[in-house]
Amino acid sequence: MLTIGAALTLIPFVWMILTSLQPAATTLSIPTSWLPHSLNWVNYLHIWQAAPFARYCLNSLLVTLTTTLGQLLTSILAAFAFTHLQFYGRHSLFDLLLVLMLVPGELLLIPNFITLAQFHWINTYAALIVPWLVSILMVVTLHQAFLAQPKTLYYAARLDGASDWQFLWHILVPTNWPVITAVTLLQVIGSWNAFMWPLIVTNDETLRTLPVGLMAFTTEQGTNYPLLMAATVCVIFPLILLYLVLQKYLVLGILPAHLKG
Amino acid sequence: MLNAKPTWKSTIKALLYLAPLLIITVIFTVWPLINAFLMSAYTQYNYFTNHVNAIGWGNFITLWQDPTFHLACRNTLLLTLVVMPLTVVLSLFIAYGLNRNEHLAGFFRTIYFLPFVTSTVAIGLVWNWIFRLDGGLLNHVLGWFGYTAIDWLNDPHYALAALMVVCVWQGLGFNIILFLAGLNHIDQRYAAAARLDGANAWQRFTNVTWPLLLPMTILIVVKTTLTNFKVFDQVYALFHGSAGPGNADLTLMYYLYQKFYVENQYAVAAASGVVFFVLVGGITLLTYGYFRHRRRRMGGRL
Repeated sequence: MLTIGAALTLIPFVWMILTSLQPAATTLSIPTSWLPHSLNWVNYLHIWQAAPFARYCLNSLLVTLTTTLGQLLTSILAAFAFTHLQFYGRHSLFDLLLVLMLVPGELLLIPNFITLAQFHWINTYAALIVPWLVSILMVVTLHQAFLAQPKTLYYAARLDGASDWQFLWHILVPTNWPVITAVTLLQVIGSWNAFMWPLIVTNDETLRTLPVGLMAFTTEQGTNYPLLMAATVCVIFPLILLYLVLQKYLVLGILPAHLKG
Repeated sequence: MLNAKPTWKSTIKALLYLAPLLIITVIFTVWPLINAFLMSAYTQYNYFTNHVNAIGWGNFITLWQDPTFHLACRNTLLLTLVVMPLTVVLSLFIAYGLNRNEHLAGFFRTIYFLPFVTSTVAIGLVWNWIFRLDGGLLNHVLGWFGYTAIDWLNDPHYALAALMVVCVWQGLGFNIILFLAGLNHIDQRYAAAARLDGANAWQRFTNVTWPLLLPMTILIVVKTTLTNFKVFDQVYALFHGSAGPGNADLTLMYYLYQKFYVENQYAVAAASGVVFFVLVGGITLLTYGYFRHRRRRMGGRL
């Protein structure tokens, strides 16, 4: 039973790879031959010529890296403040963030588009990056992880003369490395695969990220499936590799707090 | 330094740490949240000059009378009502199986989770190829069993079913991980005690595992419902940038996209976003309420 399920999960991936190795002509004839007659890597070369995929790759890399690093920075700073600093309105501010976390991003799509239009940011990298520099979910996840550590760690560091800033970067961040890796990985997956937002705020070919580029490529290429599947494999391959290496952290990232220990 | 009383000085310091988060949250979450509700009331709105000439309920009335919007609501509800239970039951089943043979669990978990890390657009494109009438894998396999080929993506009767297949396939992995974590969390001794009392496997599942797993099940039901309410990328990729034959796969999010981005009716689109928000919020609250009620009842019985 489990094997059948796993096979059904894998079949689309296998089919994608098999198709990508076929010469372009065969798939339009009926019936499709199942296995490629010979390993045919030519599609993987063609896609780089058929569309500016190198550019899409660079855009995706840039957007993914900057949004993820930005989110890490804003979230670590905020989670530290909520965990170890005393200030007026701490609980109500955190509760407010928890409420905001429940707002579906889809509701904010149009007003955010208007805001960006007023900033004259439509069709810029800023539109792809700046609204995503914050993740409340990441703040909450990190805050929960920081809270789980004994508070004496903070007191000991402060008594030894470390400033808050030093404690944050030399003790708190290194000791929470697993959960930071987990939230980073989740965010990388989200940014790399984001589609609707980049589709809406950019229509300039040079700003396309990989999913948007892949979709545009489909429209332009029509039904040249071997070529299309080769492009698809290229889009998903980096993340699958990353996932296979870091999968134990991913599980850590998506579990609710009370199950992590 | 170490006392727990906040002062103005410590508040200012904390605000410096919070400033990046707060500034961006206010601009890109709080303000648009308010603006979304405001915009839904703009009945005469010039986007280019950002000029509002009239406000009222007009946009909601437009939605109420728009058969396309009804279709979008119907499709979204139908999709969720079929996909959510199916995904939850299947993933519980698989997770229960994986939990019982641990040495295989790691390997299978890796496979089941692959769709979660894969770009939804990529998934949609592959399934488009699988569903195709000529040369598609699915019809090819159906042919072996003597079924005639179905034009999954161009026949309005089957187009929504095709989308459902994709959503179930994509959603399983995430739920399996959560169910597995929930199952691991349950103390083995409960099941052992039930076994000593003579409970068979089915009784152990229904009387021990299921009630203890209920909080996780609630979480998964809510999450899966929300995911299916937000379906957009899958439709866009599966039908190469359309909502399927005769709008057969028009979802709420696709309707919003179309009103907003294709037809440039910003205010109507914003209103549909508000309706979407109310529906999603209502369903979340209802699900939590229902399960809490059930848990109380089951708690009394145990």
